[in-house]
Parts: sequence; structure tokens; C-alpha cells
Amino acid sequence: MAKAVQPRGEEAEAPPATPNRERPQQPVRFEATKEQLLEFYRQMVLIRRFEEKAGQLYGLGLIGGFCHLYIGQEAVAVGLQSALEVGKDSVITGYRDHGHMLAYGIDPKIIMAELTGRAAGISKGKGGSMHMFSVEHKFYGGHGIVGAQVSLGAGLGFGHKYKGDGGLCLAYFGDGAANQGQVYEAFNMAELWKLPVIFVIENNQYAMGTSVNRASAEDQLYLRGESFRIPGIQVDGMDVLAVRGAAETAIEWTRSGKGPILLELKTYRYRGHSMSDPAKYRSRDEVQSMRDKSDPIDAVKRELEAIGVTEDEMKAIDKDIKTIVANAADFAEQSPEPDLSELHTDVLVETY
Amino acid sequence: MAIELKMPALSPTMEEGTLAKWLVKEGDTVASGDIMAEIETDKATMEFEAVDEGVIAKILVAEGTDAVKVGTVIAIIAEEGEDAANLSAPAASSAPVPDEGGTADATPVEAPADAGRAPNPESAAPDPSDSGTHTLVAAVEQTKIADPEVPAGTEMVKTTVREALRDAMAEEMRADDRIFVMGEEVAQYQGAYKVTQGLLDEFGDKRVIDTPITEYGFAGVGTGAAMGGLKPIIEFMTFNFAMQAIDHIINSAAKTNYMSGGQMRCPIVFRGPNGAAARVGAQHSQNYAPWYASVPGLIVIAPYSAADAKGLLKAAIRSQDPVVFLENELLYGQSFDVPAIDDYVLPIGKARIVREGSDVTIVTYSIGVAVAMDAAGKLAAEGIEAEVIDLRTLRPLDKQTVLASLAKTNRIVCVEEGWPTCSISAEIAAIAMEEGFDDLDAPVLRVTNVDVPMPYAANLEKAALLKADDVVKAVKTVCYR
Repeated sequence: MAKAVQPRGEEAEAPPATPNRERPQQPVRFEATKEQLLEFYRQMVLIRRFEEKAGQLYGLGLIGGFCHLYIGQEAVAVGLQSALEVGKDSVITGYRDHGHMLAYGIDPKIIMAELTGRAAGISKGKGGSMHMFSVEHKFYGGHGIVGAQVSLGAGLGFGHKYKGDGGLCLAYFGDGAANQGQVYEAFNMAELWKLPVIFVIENNQYAMGTSVNRASAEDQLYLRGESFRIPGIQVDGMDVLAVRGAAETAIEWTRSGKGPILLELKTYRYRGHSMSDPAKYRSRDEVQSMRDKSDPIDAVKRELEAIGVTEDEMKAIDKDIKTIVANAADFAEQSPEPDLSELHTDVLVETY
Repeated sequence: MAIELKMPALSPTMEEGTLAKWLVKEGDTVASGDIMAEIETDKATMEFEAVDEGVIAKILVAEGTDAVKVGTVIAIIAEEGEDAANLSAPAASSAPVPDEGGTADATPVEAPADAGRAPNPESAAPDPSDSGTHTLVAAVEQTKIADPEVPAGTEMVKTTVREALRDAMAEEMRADDRIFVMGEEVAQYQGAYKVTQGLLDEFGDKRVIDTPITEYGFAGVGTGAAMGGLKPIIEFMTFNFAMQAIDHIINSAAKTNYMSGGQMRCPIVFRGPNGAAARVGAQHSQNYAPWYASVPGLIVIAPYSAADAKGLLKAAIRSQDPVVFLENELLYGQSFDVPAIDDYVLPIGKARIVREGSDVTIVTYSIGVAVAMDAAGKLAAEGIEAEVIDLRTLRPLDKQTVLASLAKTNRIVCVEEGWPTCSISAEIAAIAMEEGFDDLDAPVLRVTNVDVPMPYAANLEKAALLKADDVVKAVKTVCYR
């Protein structure tokens, strides 16, 4: 292949690389108030205990099918969504969706009842773990086809812009979905039309059993938007304050009409891909090391301790959460299954 | 040897066009690449370039002439050394038919000057009027029975299917700001098949949106926008390309209401041409009606006439459910009477009896209606009166109309421009078995395209496509005649 030949000795000193377009500021770690930090802690513990309970109910046969737990990734949903306005900004995600719902303030009881397939579930028991929605909160699911939520999220962003309602869409997807073609179709249109969308790659290192390095030619996933002129930022997804800081930057960028932005959250799931995944593709040591050194809840605990929050204050929250989760589980076990007549309802909205 | 310039075919479906303007005159010298004329098809105005060098000896079709058939000799070029003045006009391979609409002032083609000349050396080329799709279009006729939903005496306006679809979108867009149109070439280009013509001018680029070539992506963007409360009309340039997007149509749009327990709506229309076009080969000639009609949660509409196209597209846009609206490219340019009624909306899920008869029921939809009506005419000449049902909506299917007709005629022949296997026709046969068995005096027969990918060669394509004569044969079989 021919290369341009530079005459020797005449090389000008290379100018420093400057971006040819505006870029967002490098995010700064969020400075949370005590109340905010306590709330982050509360939400993250809620997600963890909720998911542990879901795992338990799955083991008891009360939850069936696929059930993808969010344990380990709590800082992502909490850090990002705490910066959004519920009911104004929309959120959409894939099938690992319980944590995102809890982080958006949706009642744990009706989420758990959906997991057990009961009439009181948020989708009347007809959606299940992977298909839950709350239009009221502007939480749009809950999608089982890997990557589909990225195009749909671009559409939600399109709607915000079309209506001029000032909202934005936070569209989550995983490192596995980042290799789906439609993600790039959506990137292209989102930037072309300057849609208010924050694309979030939750890089938990494994697409089911395939590590990022075995699946992605460019494993620095935050760069994946660059050829569409979508700026990307890599974020420590195990640090809720770093995540919240990145959310501030992304929201500022997107709300000011500059179009989409891409965040790559480096995170880790402690459990298997789904409940039926024996997770033979990684060592126990690897998981244990993550838990010991990088646990997002432990990190918040240390932050709280540093500002003088006592062990007792945290335990009070833990106790509170335990009750909430236990009540949700009781509710989900005791609620009746949907009436058989529900089989035929909600297929179409209208009658023809 | 003089060179004959023939009316060119400028699109796969073009059979005739208007010779809008000559840019050369007799006696002019032309070289390869010179633009000689402007020709209007129903979709666009195209420039017609010279391929050969020479002198324009004769112009045989005057500018402004409408309905010049493809293949008509429109001018003669004298090559070097020939005397342009001595060349005479050859026999036109097919003469233009004067337009009924009264273009009497257009200069008719000169009469053939020497009828006894040698056959055209290109006569081995397939005659476009003998193609399979031409036969389908030739069979198009007005439906015989007035729509019972239209009051007697209503003024009718001749409208093409293309215009009717555009009018439906424009009317609904005027009434509801949430409606927008998105797709490839829908805005600045005015629609690949000109269905969205004029919409950009009226509604602006916020509501008429050109997309990149990215079906999966824009189907998803549209579906997401519908989930968020808008009412998108997503145009696929053809439904063949919607295969890239079928995941969103089925997994994202059709299942949303159910999966959310009735909480989340997805009011969206996916529309575009479906079925065989002319000579476009296997990947561009397929009827997807059975695919979509098998999916609960979708509405599937496939209109035949312009009136139905208009009334049903308006209903589709208003529906709260996701709709797959299957048009037909061969029908776009066909004209039908459309009632001049403000807000002409038709009910979804209602078939229409387009011809009454007592001997056999022919169940069909989309361009199959033309073939069925053609066959019904032939059958009437032999004393068999066929009742022809245009399903119009394929999901939900109007079983009642089909079964009531079966109870009357005791025979069903299904007619479908598509494959037989797992077809709408197969579904009708199953319904007749399950719910009308006692009324059947003969097995239900299917008349469809041949069960092969669509071939390109003209003769093979013709052999593969639905034919009225096969319908006639099938009807005689079930009538034991």
C-alpha cells in the first residue's frame, strides 16, 4: 500500500491533536450531599436485596423462564437515573431490567409480582422478567431482542424532540448488543437528527459467556460512536459518584441540543448471565476479587463512613429495605395468577 | 440503415408515457449522449438520450402526446450517408392508443407508410404487453358493485391508487399533529413511487422525513416514537426491504400492548408496495401478506381499489394498533372511482363483496381481485355466476362474509398473487373446513403463483404468476363442469 512520503528533515513539528468538533467536558466525580449519598445507598441496597430475593424465588420455582439479575451493576442505574426527571425523561433497556425499574421509583411489589407471573404484576403477568413497562414513569421496557432497544430508544428521543417536551431518552444496552448492526443504524440517525439520546453501554465484560475481547474488534466500546461523531466517555461503573458525574455531563450535552452522547460504564455482574448460566467462562476468583475490591455498595458505604454516617444509620436503611423486599416477595407469592380470560385481552387495543 | 427510436421503458412498471417535449427537430444532427426528449412516466419526468449518431430524419410522435406505448417508434435517425428525406416511417410495433380523456389535439402517430417491410429485427424481444404482470394489470377493472357504505348518488372522482394513498395521509396529517411520515426518499424525492408526492411541501421536513437506507433502524425509531406517543407512518420502499425490519414490526410493535398488559400502545402504520412488480426478479417480487397475517397483535390490510386504499389507510392511521398496510406497485397507477366524501374512512376487518353470484365464491385480495373479476367475466359468459369477495383486511379476517357466501354458493376458490404454501388461501381453506364444512359441496381450491422464487425471464415470470384462466379452470372443477 502506498504511503505519502514526507521529505526528511522538513517535517514540521506535529501540532497537538485537536478535536475537529466540540466535545463534552471530561466528567467530574459528583459531590453528593449526605442525603443524596444516603439515597444512592438506599436504592442500591434495594436493587441488590430485591435481586437476591428474585434469585431465591427462582430457585423455589416461583419465577420461571429467563431471569437476568443486576447484582454488581447497581451503581450504573442509580447513578444515571438519579440525574433524570421521572415522567419527563424516558428510559429504555434490554432484558436485565429490574434494577432500572427500581431506580426509577417503580413499586417493587408490582415488579416482583410480574416476575412470579401474577395478575397484580406491572404487565398483568403477561410480560415477565424481560417485559415490564411503566408509561407513567416513562419507562419503556423491558426488551428481549438484543439491541432492539437502541433503535427504539432513538425513536423515544425522536419523540421528545418532535414534541419539544424537553425530555431525553436514556437507552441502555450491553457490551454484547454493542455488536448488533441496528445499534449503528440508530447511532447514525440519532446524530444526523441531533436526537436527545444518551446511549449507555453497560459493559459488564461478558455477553452471556463471551468476553468482550473475544467478541469485539474494538474493545474500547466508548469509541464506537466516534465515526458517527457521537462523543464517547468511559466511566467507572462501580463508582456511583463517577457515574452520576458522567450523567451530569451527558445530560448537559444532550439537553442543550448537541445530539446524542455515548457512555461506556465499566461494570461487572456477579451472577450468571441468567439464572440457568453456570458461568464456567470465568473463574470464581475473578468474581470474588471483584466483590472484594470493587463492590459498588461497599464503595458507597466507605463514602458514607467518611462523612460521618454511622453504622446504625446504614443498618436502619438495610432493615427498612429488608422489609420492603420481604413484603414484595410475599405479595408476589400470594397474589393470584391472571384470570384465564386475560389470555385473550390486550392483543389489540381496539375491536374491529 | 435508418435507426428507429422507440418509446423507452423508464421503470419496471412503465407501459406507456407522455412524450412531453422534443429537444431536437427534424434535420438536427445528434451524437451519443445528446438529450433528445423529455418523457413523463406516472412517476417522474425523464430525459431521453441519443445512443447513436446521425440526423433526425423524422419525428413520428409529436410532443405533448399522452399514452405513448413503450416500444412505439417515435423518431427515425438517418445514419451518415443516408438521405434523411427519403426515409419513410416504419410500422410501429404498437401504436399509441388515444387517451379517452380527450387529448384529441395531440397529433396522432403517422400511419405506417410501408406496411410490407421486413420484420423488425428486434421483434424477438419479449412483447411487454404479453408479460405476466401486464396481464395482471390488464385485468384491473372497476369493482362491479358500489360500496354499500357510500350513499347512492355520491359524486365520484377518478383517482389513482397512488393519489388516494397520498390524500389519505395528507388528510390525516392535517387533523393530527402527532402523525409523521418517515422512510427512504419520502420527502425531497417525493417518494420512490411518488406516493408521498407533495407531502413535504405541505407539512415540512419535521413531519416528512427522509431516512438513510437503514430499514431496521428506522423501523425501530418509528416504533419507539409510537411507544412514546406519536403516530408514525413508516414507508418501506418495498416490503421486500422490510425483511430487514421485520423484528421491530413483530417483536417490538405487535407484542407491545400484550406484553405490557395493555399499558403501552404502539399506534404505527408500516406501509409500502408488496407483491410482484414487473420483471424485477426474485428478491423484489414477493407477497408478505401471509407472514404478517400470522402474527397476533398486528392489523394487516391489503387494499385493491383506490377508494379502499384511501378509506382503509385513513382508518389504519387512526387505529391505536400497529398496522401493516400492503400496497401493490402494479396498482399505483390504476384509476378508480373514489367517493367525494369528506373524511372517507372505511372499517378495518370488513371484507367486501365486489361481485355477487350464486354458483361459486372466489375469495381474494389486492391485485388478485383484478384476476378474479377477469375470471368472473369469462365464467359468466359460460353461465357460471361467481361471487367475488375482496378480503381487504387480512387480519382480523372477516370470516363471516366468507362463510355466509359459502353457505350460498357451497364452493370456494381462493385466488392469491403469492405462493400457495401457508398462504391466506390456505387459511381460507382451513376456515371453510373448520367452520363451513357442512356447506361445502366441493374441496376448496387455491389458485396462486407457482411455488418457486420469481424468475426474471419474461416467459418464466408469466408462467409463475397468477392467471385468470387458471381461476376459470378451478371454478369449473369445483362446479363439476
